[in-house]
Amino acid sequence: MLQTIRDGERLVVRLNGELDHFCAQSIRRELDALLEADKGIRMLILDFTTLSFMDSSGIGVILGRYRIMRDRGGTLAVIHMNRHIGRIFHMSGMDRIIRQLDKQQEAQA
Amino acid sequence: MNQHNEMQTTFLSLAENESFARVVIAAFAVQMSPTVSEIADVKTAVSEAVTNAIVHGYEGTKGIVELRARIDGSWLTVEVQDRGKGIADVDQAMEPFYTSHPEQERSGMGFAVMQTFMDELRVDSQPGAGTTVSMRKRIRAGGVV
Repeated sequence: MLQTIRDGERLVVRLNGELDHFCAQSIRRELDALLEADKGIRMLILDFTTLSFMDSSGIGVILGRYRIMRDRGGTLAVIHMNRHIGRIFHMSGMDRIIRQLDKQQEAQA
Repeated sequence: MNQHNEMQTTFLSLAENESFARVVIAAFAVQMSPTVSEIADVKTAVSEAVTNAIVHGYEGTKGIVELRARIDGSWLTVEVQDRGKGIADVDQAMEPFYTSHPEQERSGMGFAVMQTFMDELRVDSQPGAGTTVSMRKRIRAGGVV
């Protein structure tokens, strides 16, 4: 079960544990159910604070949700990636299309 | 630390075993006193290779994945082998963002991640016979793991 905080048109989802090909299936399902249930969400923020591992399966999950948000006229951003996960994020080129917020930007977003 | 050590383990091509493979390689490599970052690199590369074996090698059917690792001084060699469908065009499969399963939100970055996080990568594949991914990484002992 993903932890979420709804604030105005913004939904912050905290990812837990590990994001590999196996876990990607359930995380994707949960995220899509959250977005489907609430069309008022304009900004999806994925919080990586408690995610201990991610491989390239995570790239697919993030990009897929980015497309969903873009198609409904919204945005997706990420926060609190550790160095290792940040490297995968960077090498995939996602950092060119998806905003990485720091604490201050998160508060203002 | 032993200058030489080897291990091998086999498991079914179930997605649940991706995390098992990561734990096994981390437990084996820890005797080399790697840094947290080096262990994360090795775990990620193994996760990619095992996922490829499960998703592409066996395409969701049950088969055996073999994980072998060897320590030679400061070098860690890891091999992930499946006896699945194999890869017809290895060069194409290794291109960043190439995926044979775009509908599954596969990023096509698996080999690129292995290449980035390890020092050497070799892929031997034969259609109908399977694929062996061999990776090497120099571990600079002195880590805190």
